[in-house]
Amino acid sequence: MESHAILAEIPRLRRYARALLGDRAAADDLVQDTLERAWSRFHQWQAGSDMRAWLFGIMHNLRVDQLRRPRLPTHSIDEDDSDVPTRATQNDGLELRDLASALGHLPDEQREVLLLVALEEMSYADIAATLDIPIGTVMSRLSRGRERLRSIMEGQPQTANLKVVR
Amino acid sequence: MNQLQITEADLQAYVDGALTDARRGEVEDYLAAQPDEAERVRAYLTQKQALRSLFNPVLDEPLPENLSVLASPPSATAVDRLRKPLLARWSLQRIAASLLIALVSGLAGWLVHDRYPPAESLARTSPLPRRAAVAHAVFSPDVRRPVEVSAEHEDQLVAWLSKRLGTPVRPPKLGALGYELIGGRLLPGNVGPVAQFMYQDASGQRLTLYVSTENAANQDTAFRFAQEGPVNVFYWIDGKFGYALSAGIDKSKLALVATAVYDQIDHK
Repeated sequence: MESHAILAEIPRLRRYARALLGDRAAADDLVQDTLERAWSRFHQWQAGSDMRAWLFGIMHNLRVDQLRRPRLPTHSIDEDDSDVPTRATQNDGLELRDLASALGHLPDEQREVLLLVALEEMSYADIAATLDIPIGTVMSRLSRGRERLRSIMEGQPQTANLKVVR
Repeated sequence: MNQLQITEADLQAYVDGALTDARRGEVEDYLAAQPDEAERVRAYLTQKQALRSLFNPVLDEPLPENLSVLASPPSATAVDRLRKPLLARWSLQRIAASLLIALVSGLAGWLVHDRYPPAESLARTSPLPRRAAVAHAVFSPDVRRPVEVSAEHEDQLVAWLSKRLGTPVRPPKLGALGYELIGGRLLPGNVGPVAQFMYQDASGQRLTLYVSTENAANQDTAFRFAQEGPVNVFYWIDGKFGYALSAGIDKSKLALVATAVYDQIDHK
């Protein structure tokens, strides 16, 4: 029963992790760690509650742990070994027009909210619960993330005159 | 409509279809009067759709095995299978480090409480049977990774150890006595690398053969017996080679195995 429920969520966890990390191997590692932790804490899951929110919450916490941990800079061996820059690209906008790469330029916390909204279509309240943050924080991260992504995609300088949101 | 009432949160919720019908109408009126804001909202809608087009194909990718097995509670076998990539990633170094610490502490412990005076023991190297017994005690109980290279790859094992020891070494065949090779590993000796071959019988009893090439004195010896705690050791020196056979079995049974080992080794 639970196996089916978890199996059904794996593709979604992978999609989200891929979008969040931008790297296939790293994303699948994160999914694997998430599932292992989920099984080891299965007794904490309350039957009838939202399995997906629970799993995404576990993934979020693992990610936070990862980011806190000092780590060695690593490189995927199998992919993107060829992207040696041949000219300065910071302001050139061409590379950044690529959405995936633009997404990688968002702060982690904004990217998370943006992706949970866009890909998972979670409600703001569910996102607040999953990430364990106030709903106002969800809204401000969403607003800033969307605007930042827009300006990167349009090659504009960052605009700072956003309205303050409670 | 009072445009001041439209907040940034309303605009975001409009993009996400999270408004009530009434509120959505108010937002649309506001956007009709504010072309810049309308353009911004359109950009967000486009952005959201683009993200979905970009990442939705991941949903249809076949699951790698290490993930699909995790759809069920990890059983013993499933855990084994999915642990492999983990091992490759990082645990191996940790295991190796902890084994090395265990080995070094074991050796240090033996040296310190030893019959040798402490000052002298630091300068001395520890004797062959003791090193062999410690290596046996450290590695033979290891369920998951008792050897570095398993007997399935015996050719590679022989080639590798021979290369590292700088001289041909080959594990004797002890199948006639009920012991099958399970693999081997390289270990630090007193001044350089030594080899350890591990065998196991049908009951799971393990036996290790420690092969050192560090014997500079070239004094051949007959079989000698030593006991280090629960581990019995037969050892002998043959040219530059030192051999030590360790196991937690009877002296008489171990002697039989030691004889078989001795018989199979090329004597110079």
